[in-house]
Amino acid sequence: MPGEIDVPYVAKLARVALSAAEIERFGAQLGALLEHVEALQKLPIENVAATAQVVPSVNVMRDDVEQPCLPRDVVLEAAPQREGSYFRVPRILGEPG
Amino acid sequence: MSEILDLGAREIARAVSAKKTSALEVAEAALERAQARDGAVGAYLTITADVAREQARRVDARIAEGASLFLAGVPVAIKDNMCLAGTRTTAASKILGEWIAPYTATAVQRLLDAGAIPVGKANLDEFAMGSSCENSALGVTHNPWDLARVPGGSSGGSVAAVAAGMATFALGSDTGGSIREPAAFCGVVGFKPTYGRVSRYGLIAFASSLDQIGPIAKSIVDCALVYEIIAGADPADATTVAREVEPALGALREDLKGVRVGIVREFDLASLESDVRAVYEQAYRDLERLGAELVDVELPTADYGVATYYLIAPAECSSNLARFDGMRYGLRVEKADVGATYEATRAAGFGDEVKRRILIGTYALSSGYYDAYYVRAQKARTLIAADFEKAFERCDVIACPAASSPAFEFNAKSDPVSMYLMDYYTIPMSLAGLPSLSVPCGYVTPAGSTNPLPLGLELTAPLFAERPLLGIAHAYERGTLHAEKHTPPVCHPERSERMRAESKGEPAL
Repeated sequence: MPGEIDVPYVAKLARVALSAAEIERFGAQLGALLEHVEALQKLPIENVAATAQVVPSVNVMRDDVEQPCLPRDVVLEAAPQREGSYFRVPRILGEPG
Repeated sequence: MSEILDLGAREIARAVSAKKTSALEVAEAALERAQARDGAVGAYLTITADVAREQARRVDARIAEGASLFLAGVPVAIKDNMCLAGTRTTAASKILGEWIAPYTATAVQRLLDAGAIPVGKANLDEFAMGSSCENSALGVTHNPWDLARVPGGSSGGSVAAVAAGMATFALGSDTGGSIREPAAFCGVVGFKPTYGRVSRYGLIAFASSLDQIGPIAKSIVDCALVYEIIAGADPADATTVAREVEPALGALREDLKGVRVGIVREFDLASLESDVRAVYEQAYRDLERLGAELVDVELPTADYGVATYYLIAPAECSSNLARFDGMRYGLRVEKADVGATYEATRAAGFGDEVKRRILIGTYALSSGYYDAYYVRAQKARTLIAADFEKAFERCDVIACPAASSPAFEFNAKSDPVSMYLMDYYTIPMSLAGLPSLSVPCGYVTPAGSTNPLPLGLELTAPLFAERPLLGIAHAYERGTLHAEKHTPPVCHPERSERMRAESKGEPAL
């Protein structure tokens, strides 16, 4: 199973542009890591439950009442681009018409 | 005035509370010392002078009104993955390089409420991913014991600030060893509480099922004091546990009579260099001398810790770091369409190690590999936690090395897997969520060097057993006094100058 990662495909899923040199370098390094984690195949894991978190907590609720939130202007200060009281972002739908 | 900086947190708070000095005077002394020493060390990414002075004036005003504050005027360094409202908070990443936090992390707020003075935001491996601090995109931190060596990581700036006397204590965060390994490398105490003890609200997330904030200080007493202040449930973090935080300061003990210390059969000291091995053998003998009974315990799955961790942590990281898309905050590299903008922003904003972990995590979570990698690792995690549970039937704490070597030189670990193995002794405890700390346990002097380098003993207790853990660590610390035997050369100005001249020059970023 280990060894080969389709780095350009995974990079596409992860939304990171990689150069050809990075694809080669990361490919080799990730291959070495996969070889290391291959040891887990030896562990007897049948009938073992998966642990997502060691101190489990279930459905932590709070009262359904309004809570104060951050001031709009303070948050918009950090925006890479803003227009008035809005975040300005690239178009996500196709060209109109 | 600067002598007050060499006192413990309780002594400083007492002096300020008794008006023998003021919080503002302590703050000025700490800022002055940071000015004098941080050029050589590089612990801080930002020195928060204005916030420090403003907070100091507030503390002095509260003292004048008769308030009693446990950390009155005590200088603190805050790892720069924790938010402090109005200050630059970077996670040592270019993607957040100029981001100003709009709110304050719960743990940091609790320190401010107790009167602590934030001196600066401390360097780290980018997004806390690393074991040497070399993955910071924004600065180089040197080990105060030997400027040619790394401080450890990822909380490298936090431990270096404390070791160099630039802060009385620091906050670090620990995901797989990021408090304990650097604490060992810099000769200070680093304490990771049980997962869920300290709120993660305002801590920039790396691996949410593992991340935990904890104190770094020169003594167990100071760690216990800070722990009591920052621990406890927080409505803003649903993973904090609604359990009482038992006061630890009152339970600090002076001997180890009746304590059973587990020595892990699989952690064979024979694999260590002989000088390092001798230090740990002596540490085990010291535990016995102080009254502890040493018992053999087994952790047969501990050897799988690193492999398990390097699937779970990157999987969670790839998910957490998806939020850095250049839309609402941080860096944006504008391209023709939104997809290209995401890809270019993340390519320019993240460093190599972060990209590697995002890639491995994305792969481990991707269709067809999820069960083989991610779910298998989660099952391995169950086995590792069960091994600890079994071991703790026979002992109260487990003792082992915090790291397999003292601090190494810059660029010594060029391949990622060899760096990952630096956390061999800390990762299993993190996967099991256990409270664990590193306390100074001796020194080795590498061939050709005159500087002793500190080593740390790691002590680990069952879930929520912080109180006995700190008590036992205190008895060991007071019974050995290793931290009092040497001081980092950077704390002696004349030696520091010579060290800088002898140092091999600035390592490349």
